[in-house]
Amino acid sequence: MSSSMQILANPNLFQRIAAMVLPWLAAATALSFAAGLYLAFFASPADYQQGETVRIMYVHVPAAWMALFVYVLMALASAVALIFRHPLADAAAKSAAPLGAAFCFLALATGSLWGKPMWGTWWVWDARLTSMFVLMLLYLGYIAVWQAFDDPHRAAALARVVALVGVINIPIVKFSVDWWNTLHQPASVLKLTGTAIHPSMLWPLLLMALAYTLLYACLHLLAIGNEIAVRKIRATRLKDIEAR
Amino acid sequence: MTEFTALVKRDIALAFRQGGGMSAGLSFILAFLVMVPLAIGPDQATLSRLAPGLLWLALLLAVLLTAERIFQQDHDDGSLELLSMCPLPLELTCLAKAIAHWISVTLPLAALAAPLGLLLNLGADRIVPVALAMLAGSLSLSFVAAIAGAITAGLRRGGLLVPLLVLPLYVPVLIFGIAASTGNLGPTGNLPSLLVLLALTMITMVLQPWASAAALRAYFR
Repeated sequence: MSSSMQILANPNLFQRIAAMVLPWLAAATALSFAAGLYLAFFASPADYQQGETVRIMYVHVPAAWMALFVYVLMALASAVALIFRHPLADAAAKSAAPLGAAFCFLALATGSLWGKPMWGTWWVWDARLTSMFVLMLLYLGYIAVWQAFDDPHRAAALARVVALVGVINIPIVKFSVDWWNTLHQPASVLKLTGTAIHPSMLWPLLLMALAYTLLYACLHLLAIGNEIAVRKIRATRLKDIEAR
Repeated sequence: MTEFTALVKRDIALAFRQGGGMSAGLSFILAFLVMVPLAIGPDQATLSRLAPGLLWLALLLAVLLTAERIFQQDHDDGSLELLSMCPLPLELTCLAKAIAHWISVTLPLAALAAPLGLLLNLGADRIVPVALAMLAGSLSLSFVAAIAGAITAGLRRGGLLVPLLVLPLYVPVLIFGIAASTGNLGPTGNLPSLLVLLALTMITMVLQPWASAAALRAYFR
């Protein structure tokens, strides 16, 4: 584990491996999106209650899963950076944040579009919506820390703290918001739990989740590559200034 | 331990002699409370219903505004770096400063905010649960503020970053603070929420020294 991590710590080697993996990853992403979207929009049944709007689920639920998954990944990368001083871990955490924020926004936006026909309103302060909203704020705070500091090393050290404090905060917020919601309104809101989801809908959903994950992997590899390039440009410029 | 108490005493003395912390926070709460009837109308029944939530918002924002003071001055004049070299671990230095902030700012504000509910037509019997909830949650508010204060200690114009970092962390405290403020007194009423507030205080107490110290070390390199 640690030895393979150290090998990948070399940015040039990482770039080469990423360049090798990316075309395959991109092809797999395209294939799984094609299959997933076909199943979601054409081959899966409409819901007996929700009608065709149930198809929003196939773009909405994976986005929400990814938003959480990416934050946990970002916190893991931050922990690796803090504990092992892994040189690429900060770059990985930094470049994951905008992707996670985008998934989070996508989940909130599609959820809002789904809520209008189903609940009759664009927004409800339901427990899940509220905790997703707080997650979005955590992403924005993390990105703001990176933007606030000129010195990338200092920004990296502070961003690690923000990510790790945030990941401890997420379950606490989830738990307290559930409590708050059950205090104020009964569980009248539609939920997936309780009723098992039928395989004809489960498979498109899982396929879409796979497609989202692959897409995220592609974009994250590209973003880490960009981050490495930015660092190289910065280092070269500093060297030029010193040479003068 | 003597260093720890000395540091707490120093920070409290500084806070009270310089002014600004507690008294400015109290003035802010008063200004906030004047704005409330202007914004939502002077209807007594509405004000009374919204009073606990508005008092909590006023307290949260007042504490938020003092978060920067916890570390910034000591960072700017270099005394923080000296403190980091003394035998006391930096984590305990951070804990001492957070506790001093609680004693000099958050605790008095929490004690004074609830009686101001009279201005919002909050009945005298309903003030007691609000005051208890604020006192139970106040230490946690200071700890969270100290995390954000350490992260922005050396940042010019850190003002907008602090709320963005602090408010998501205040969500649980606010939820259980409101739950404890609106229930009846007693084990079937607000006691569970009060206990959760104390539990949140414990969690932030464990987290804060470590997080603040890690953030401050980024400034010392």
